[in-house]
Amino acid sequence: MRTAARETGSEKAMATVTRRPNKYLEAYGELIALRQERDPVWLRQLREDGWARFHAKGFPTTHDEDWRFTNLAALAKTPFQRVEKGSVAVSAQEIEKFRVPGAACQLVFVNGHFAPELSELGNLPEGLEICPLERAIDCGMVGAAPEGCAPEGIEQHLGRYADVRRDVFTALNTALWEDGAYLRIRRGAAIEQPVHLLYVSAGAGAEIMTHPRTLIVAEPTSHAAVIEDYVSIGAEAAFSNAVTELVAGQDAVVSHFLVERENLAAFNVSTLRLEQARGSNVASHSILLGGGLVRNNVHPVLSGEGAECLINGLFVGAGSQHLDNYMLVEHAQPQCSSRQFYNGILDGHAHGVFHGRIIVHKDAQKTDAKQTNRNLLLSDDARIDTKPQLEIHADDVKCTHGATIGQIEDEQLFYLRSRGIDEVSARNTLLYAFAAECLDRMQEPAAREFAEGLIRERLTELARNRQAAASAAAAEEEAQNWEEVR
Amino acid sequence: MALLEIQDLHASVGGHEILKGVNLTLNAGEVHSIMGPNGSGKSTLAQVLARRETYEVTRGRVLFDGKDLLDMQPEEAAREGLFMAFQYPVEIPGIGNAYFLRSALNAIRKHRGQDELDAMDFLPLYKERMKLLEMDDKLMNRAVNEGFSGGEKKRNEILQMTVLEPKLAILDETDSGLDIDALRIVAQGVNAMRSPERAFLVITHYQRLLDYITPDFVHVLVDGKIVRSGGPELALELEDKGYGSAEVDAPEALHA
Repeated sequence: MRTAARETGSEKAMATVTRRPNKYLEAYGELIALRQERDPVWLRQLREDGWARFHAKGFPTTHDEDWRFTNLAALAKTPFQRVEKGSVAVSAQEIEKFRVPGAACQLVFVNGHFAPELSELGNLPEGLEICPLERAIDCGMVGAAPEGCAPEGIEQHLGRYADVRRDVFTALNTALWEDGAYLRIRRGAAIEQPVHLLYVSAGAGAEIMTHPRTLIVAEPTSHAAVIEDYVSIGAEAAFSNAVTELVAGQDAVVSHFLVERENLAAFNVSTLRLEQARGSNVASHSILLGGGLVRNNVHPVLSGEGAECLINGLFVGAGSQHLDNYMLVEHAQPQCSSRQFYNGILDGHAHGVFHGRIIVHKDAQKTDAKQTNRNLLLSDDARIDTKPQLEIHADDVKCTHGATIGQIEDEQLFYLRSRGIDEVSARNTLLYAFAAECLDRMQEPAAREFAEGLIRERLTELARNRQAAASAAAAEEEAQNWEEVR
Repeated sequence: MALLEIQDLHASVGGHEILKGVNLTLNAGEVHSIMGPNGSGKSTLAQVLARRETYEVTRGRVLFDGKDLLDMQPEEAAREGLFMAFQYPVEIPGIGNAYFLRSALNAIRKHRGQDELDAMDFLPLYKERMKLLEMDDKLMNRAVNEGFSGGEKKRNEILQMTVLEPKLAILDETDSGLDIDALRIVAQGVNAMRSPERAFLVITHYQRLLDYITPDFVHVLVDGKIVRSGGPELALELEDKGYGSAEVDAPEALHA
């Protein structure tokens, strides 16, 4: 059975211009020269495959069904450059405001390169191994293990799940990645505090690109939470094209948080590929608050019996932000359950997309898959395209999907105001209540609190903007009336 | 000075005039009841006083405690001490009942120049008032009105009133849909709040509620105008004879 439904969207999608991007070729050439001696053969092969794929396909256009609602013309025509290690200095002070209180440790990457002086790796909890990926590869080549890290698992996992043939951004990342985080959570280890991975774009006047690569291996029965966090310093446009592979071993419990809070000129494409073994339980929480054009791919494959997966997200857009969420949930084995909950809040001319695809493979009997996308549109010009897509090849499954689009209810607003709560606070309260549905699904207190703070801040901003816009409109109207009187 | 002075109030919604010249004066310490048939404008009057934007005031003025009420936003009216118990209380998912009420109380206290209450200070007051209204403690942390029964919603309105302690409380058909037991409890909450500083405007379709809350004055609103005013006995008369009788001998409402 195959069903597809479209809530909105015009049939005549515009094609975007696809270019053979020279800057990417340049970057690839530089990287190959740089890594020639240092990459093992298998890795060189991966990069070559990635590059070949990207070179052959180029960026997708809106003719591509998976990119129907997201036009990449602006991304394709911007000449993003790769940045040499250490060419832009970022101070500890500039990083301070991005830290996550209560994190177990923090790895900071500036323009795609590990910044040891900004990172905090103090007392790592028992059972947690963490190391920049580049270092792990380099050490592996010379046969020396980097401190607190065992690189032997990398070859087994890196690039084995995120498929360069599925998606050109994954292909591009696989060709051009320079660094990222490698985490291994040892069998049975329970890491109480979240690990914070901070990816900073600091262009210092240039339009830069980075291709962060993260590999998280949670061994059987381990327990951990990871926050992957994208921020900008400065107002330049940057392009972050991240790929994260998260491998959850049998009965492992892992939470992954993606936080996008870059500047409004930023392009951010991230792909989270989850590989789940029997009985594992993975939660993916995406909190998209910043960025100009954001594409958030989450792709779990439930490949062991009884695996469970929660895909939880909140996207908040204003101005001309474009926030595209592409979920692909694959049920490959029986008795697995998946839950998708995405809430969107869109103001101004913001455009949100929720594409929720569920594939139930032939053997995945007793699948229980659910998908819900709820949206609040705060202005007439805000837009949401929501598209559920179920492909079911098994015959004993339970799959449901639903989407809603609404506004802030005048009734609710009046009710709050009639009790003495001012309009800005009342709006803010209602928006927060809507957003809080996502917060309530987060189990880790430190990560949840961090997310809550960011969301509150963003919603207050939205409520204030609205008030400013309203008073500007009122002032304009008054001025016009005055004109008429005169 | 009267607490509320309504003069020649006209209001319409979508170009359709609903209030056609209402005059009414309430003094502190008084309980007034407005009765009238469906569609006479009772709820419109309540909503206009609570400053609902849907209704356009086309003529007249309203002084609340000496200030121009029609110039106020809903939150300003609330902070000045006006409270309306909704005929249909609104559900607000995701916002805790106690948290909401504390925010409201603090907004009002701040306006009065009083210190805001933290959760620890607020809780005893809240619990005491819940007890007065015989409300289940479980409702405390539930979302505002979400999944409440009809009676629980109405009691929740009165609970809010007893915590916010307004100068003027407007009860918009608070009795509709209540069983006798709930009616008694609601009335108990209102009666506990009666005081020389406070006035009530009790809007109702039935005389029943007035068995429990005895008004000082009863007014009959028909087709957007007060057609008759009197004492509590008027309510009984209306119960007997219906609203038709009120229209016949209808002088313009007079009361000071």
